[in-house]
Amino acid sequence: MPENTAFPPGLRFEGVTISLDDTRLIALDCNVDPGEVLTVMGPSGSGKSTLLAAITGTLPPAFRLTGRIRLDGQDLAGLPTEARQVGILFQDEYLFPHLSVGANLAFGLKPALKGRAARRDRVEAALDEVGLSGFADRDPATLSGGQRARVALQRTLLSEPRALLLDEAFSRLDTGLRQQTRALVFEVARRRALPVLQVTHDHSDAEAAGGPVHCMGQLATRN
Amino acid sequence: MGTAPVTTVRMAGRRPRRARFLPWAPLVTLVVMLGPVLAGILGTLAPAFGYMPALQGTGLSLDPLRALLEWPGLSRAVMLSLGVGLGATAISLAIVTLICAGWAGTRSFTMIERLLSPLLSVPHAAAAFGLAFLIAPSGWLSRGLSPWVTGWTRPPDLLILQDPAGLSLIFGLVTKEVPFLLLMTLAALTQVRPASSLRVAQCLGYARITGWLKTVFPLVYRQIRLPVFAVLAFSMSVVDVAIILGPNTPPTLAVQVVRWMNDPDLALRFQAAAGAVLQLGLVLFGIGLWRLAEIVAGRLGKIWVSTGGRGWRGPDQVIRGAALILGATAALAVIAGLAGQVIWSFAGLWQFPDLLPDGFTWRNWNRYGAQLAGPAGETLIIAGAATGLALLLTLACLEAEHRHGLRPATRALWLLYLPLIVPQVAFLTGFQTLSIGAGLDGGRMAVIAAHLVFVLPYVFLSLADPWRVWDAKHDTTARALGAGPDRVLWMVRLPMLLRPVLIATAVGFAVSVGQYLPTLLVGAGRVPTLTTEAVALASGGDRRVTGVYALAQTAAALAPFALALVLPRLLWRNRKGLLHA
Repeated sequence: MPENTAFPPGLRFEGVTISLDDTRLIALDCNVDPGEVLTVMGPSGSGKSTLLAAITGTLPPAFRLTGRIRLDGQDLAGLPTEARQVGILFQDEYLFPHLSVGANLAFGLKPALKGRAARRDRVEAALDEVGLSGFADRDPATLSGGQRARVALQRTLLSEPRALLLDEAFSRLDTGLRQQTRALVFEVARRRALPVLQVTHDHSDAEAAGGPVHCMGQLATRN
Repeated sequence: MGTAPVTTVRMAGRRPRRARFLPWAPLVTLVVMLGPVLAGILGTLAPAFGYMPALQGTGLSLDPLRALLEWPGLSRAVMLSLGVGLGATAISLAIVTLICAGWAGTRSFTMIERLLSPLLSVPHAAAAFGLAFLIAPSGWLSRGLSPWVTGWTRPPDLLILQDPAGLSLIFGLVTKEVPFLLLMTLAALTQVRPASSLRVAQCLGYARITGWLKTVFPLVYRQIRLPVFAVLAFSMSVVDVAIILGPNTPPTLAVQVVRWMNDPDLALRFQAAAGAVLQLGLVLFGIGLWRLAEIVAGRLGKIWVSTGGRGWRGPDQVIRGAALILGATAALAVIAGLAGQVIWSFAGLWQFPDLLPDGFTWRNWNRYGAQLAGPAGETLIIAGAATGLALLLTLACLEAEHRHGLRPATRALWLLYLPLIVPQVAFLTGFQTLSIGAGLDGGRMAVIAAHLVFVLPYVFLSLADPWRVWDAKHDTTARALGAGPDRVLWMVRLPMLLRPVLIATAVGFAVSVGQYLPTLLVGAGRVPTLTTEAVALASGGDRRVTGVYALAQTAAALAPFALALVLPRLLWRNRKGLLHA
């Protein structure tokens, strides 16, 4: 891994701006430390998700990105999505509907772990961690919303990301479930020292994260 | 972290390979699809002006054109082609428009949608045979009414089939073009959100059909214009259906061109080429006329909309009913025609006024079944190869579009329709001449290449929409989990899109099975498929043989559809997320 001691670890934005035509959608210059959660807030349509697309490397060509995004010191520019080691969770879980729950998790598991039995054990363990023991053979379409969210989280973690992005990840869940899932995600991220960037339009998400908040579509403020 | 360099090396080794083919895929596809068309047109133009060294035509001359103009049947054949084309297209479009206007979004409409694919995949020739048996003087309709209504005890001497005005030909074309246009209209409808427009119009007091025609139709028509042109060009220049249902003396221009092509007197090749060029001009003229009619209809439509007339509920209901009856008649004609073929193929003695044969027997299948094997095998090989290639190229184009942003402009859609709009005789005669020159004449490979020209557009059109509406966040998710583009394609996208891929395959297969002229001309009559054999046997007039062949042909076209519907259900029986739709 190209460790670069000149830069602090974490997710770093250096004079990042994203514009569409001549409209600047976002300007960001900050560092998200390992275990910290940066919340980017803004009304829908303000371009919050384009920031995440810039990090995953899936920004549509119409958008213009300037500045530099670094992850643990490494410049992400030019890297294909699969080489960036950035995990992302969307509002929908995007569990692959043709794969069983276990196969979905195995899809995320790195090929470096060899052996069918070892891989199956790792998948089982990941399910145990979130209280879904024995769910490996289930059809993802038969899971409840909360179960799907936990499977998606575990699948992402098995791919050993260096940062976690949340794209309105909790907005589909109802209040109780939402608090539970949110707490789980933030706790895991803190434990694994992952820098987290969440975009949301919901203040309770920002409060639960407890980190800095960047507001879009109005006066840019930080607290 | 020792794995990082290895990964890098492997990626560096793999990437150029991907980059080598995928970005070229759109170009390769265009060449494969349009090359034969353009080369074929040149190969038709040259002999039309007297140049064909193989037959001692080395200079340029107008003799072939002169010979064509001296053919006494010319004006009649031209008028017939034009009339049949415009008539069949106008009637098909009217039926489709009124069915959608009257029924879109209702439960009956869902039933119509379900009937579409099977109807669409019935080969033109098989549908035409079926229809011929229904309406012939000795056919089912006449039998059903005899002798108790008509008093006939033997088939009347009436020219219902192959009538000089081409009415039965128009009827035959309408039964097959209505499902095609309807499918295209359905695809267009999903993009224009007709329900809300219609609801607004109805709230403003418009009757259903009037409201639909005024608010939805203009948007839909813009999107189905190319398919309509394809229907027009096809109806004006079709050969197999016209041989079975069209008039004989003279036949339509396209049929006459094919007769000249196949004449033992090789000198007639020049005249045939001139006729093929005329056919091309005629189709362009027909499209010009249609365009003119579009403009006039557009003007009148604007005036009609601005009058604010709401339409009346009464007539609206009548038109609604009539549209459904007409559409149902077209569908029933195909279904009943096929049923007739089934019965004929098992028929023992079946005398005229009897509605059903005296007995059923396996004798026909036993007698002709063995002969079927050769053409059936040839049909499967050609259709399999052409469809496989078309699928490969289509997937490569769509992946190139996804990975490299090589999205064709909407204008490029014209190119996809070009093989469907340029009349087959206009370039296949030239394609044949060229392949004789290249020494490919009469080979299976040449036939596959010719089929590919027609299979590709259909496979592309049928797969492009489902491929493009696939939620790209699945891609982002998989890539973020560390999967490269190839892994995402094979492990995620293709399995999730299994159903549309299989349906596109079935469409391609059915298109190839139904091809008559490319097989006949490019194969120089030496590559017998179920379709060419069936049409050749039709002239014998033995309904039992025709029935056997038409059924085999239909089965070859329908079986892949059945597989495309059943296979995903079996494979994904435990995957609820993929079972709907």
